Amino acid sequence: MRNPPTLPKWGQGLVGLAALVVMLELLPRVGVVSPTYLPPFSTMVQALFEELGQAQFWSALADTVTAWAIGLAIAMVLGITVGVVIGSIPVLRAITASTIEFLRPIPSVALIPLVVLVFGNKIESSLTLIVYASFWQVLIQVLYGVQDVDPVVRETARSYRFGAWTQVRHVIWPTALPYVMTGFRLAATVALVLAITAELVIGIPGLGYEIAQAQSAGNVPSMYALVLVTGVLGVLVNLVARALERRVLAWHPSLRGEVYA
Amino acid sequence: MNLLKKTGLLLGLPVVLLAIWWVATENSTDPYVPPLSDIFATFPETWTVERLTHDIVPSLLRLLTGYALAVVLGVTLGVVVGSFQTVRNTVEPVLEFFRSIPPPVLIPVVILFAGIGDSMKVIVIVFGCIWPVLLNTVEGVRAVDDVLRDTSRCYGIGGASRLRHLTLRAASPQIFAGMRQSLSLAIILMVISEMFAATNGLGFTIVQFQRGFAIPEMWTGIIVLGLVGVTLSLLFGLAERRALAWYFGLRRAQRGE
Repeated sequence: MRNPPTLPKWGQGLVGLAALVVMLELLPRVGVVSPTYLPPFSTMVQALFEELGQAQFWSALADTVTAWAIGLAIAMVLGITVGVVIGSIPVLRAITASTIEFLRPIPSVALIPLVVLVFGNKIESSLTLIVYASFWQVLIQVLYGVQDVDPVVRETARSYRFGAWTQVRHVIWPTALPYVMTGFRLAATVALVLAITAELVIGIPGLGYEIAQAQSAGNVPSMYALVLVTGVLGVLVNLVARALERRVLAWHPSLRGEVYA
Repeated sequence: MNLLKKTGLLLGLPVVLLAIWWVATENSTDPYVPPLSDIFATFPETWTVERLTHDIVPSLLRLLTGYALAVVLGVTLGVVVGSFQTVRNTVEPVLEFFRSIPPPVLIPVVILFAGIGDSMKVIVIVFGCIWPVLLNTVEGVRAVDDVLRDTSRCYGIGGASRLRHLTLRAASPQIFAGMRQSLSLAIILMVISEMFAATNGLGFTIVQFQRGFAIPEMWTGIIVLGLVGVTLSLLFGLAERRALAWYFGLRRAQRGE
């Protein structure tokens, strides 16, 4: 019982957030940083409300979320399918191991010039980058999950002559599910980063593009407001992923930790 | 025989894939997908010594400077935040928020303060990479085994030696996990910041090739970037295995291998 907290935990968290807001308000006002570069927090909030009143903002938000959701869905389906197939056939796993280790660290942004040429500033460009980046997160977790199947359970299923599909459905899937959910959470964050990066660099319509526009127009308060929005979006994605994880795995004896990989 | 089998497994699929790429693009007329033979042929003339010193070295220096700063800052702050419960409760929501901002959007913000020079790129990398290290260090420090903590207190181990032998050592597996996440972020941010505003560097060069429709050259650039990613990840793996040898051994022992 060291440091008995005087406030509840969420109260202390609020104090922290409030301190940040006060600092963001005071630093430019006192002149520690120039208000042209860092407008006071109240100015950012004002710019945020202006943005909220514009149809352009909402369509940009919708574009970003759409690209994120579609890209993430494709990556999940691909990652799970490939992971279960490779993971449950030892020969395939042995053959593909080196290729996976080689392809995984290739930064997805290396593909930017290629997708610009092939797709231009369309949603296909961001989808390619999103899928490439999030696929590996899912695949690696699924591979670990499939490997984690209890040998006794596997042998039992084989003794009862479970078919391939029944094995996947009733033996592999329940074991791998916690890992799949970890992969989902990691991939959801990565997908958002890539969606916004693609918009920022390539100029695909969305929040990232709006930020680039605000920057080149010298509209600093709006730029900060939009950056705050992307932060809130990131927090929401994380919260939703965690909630989903808890819900889907409510039956699981222990909500497992991440694989150390 | 065993060695032969291992090499076969290691190189089999990559060789087959490369062969497929080679054959499939052999007579390619699609301007965006040139024959692999053309890409290989342009490689030596594109990546000359001059380009190496002019583009690759500056890129890597920015990357390593930013990454090193992020790790040092992240671990230092993480130890402080992780050691005091009140501090942790107070700053955790703020840290979670900063971590949730997709790092590339910081580029326009940092440009305001630091212009478009080298310092902008380093600051962007630091700001983007610090969060995984910081938050993982906090978790690691918090999870230091109670028995170990009490034991070291009984033996009167304090100050620097406590930090070095207990806190950092116990948190190191977590710290490395954070550092691995940060490394891939650092590469992404290096490339993006150079694509955004730069006069040299890997990201800049590749975009120049693309804008000039120098397609085989652009492909070689993509391959070079991939090689940089793979090499850094291999080096990281080696460093990790050395630093965490005790940890991997411990886990093997626990699994009864």
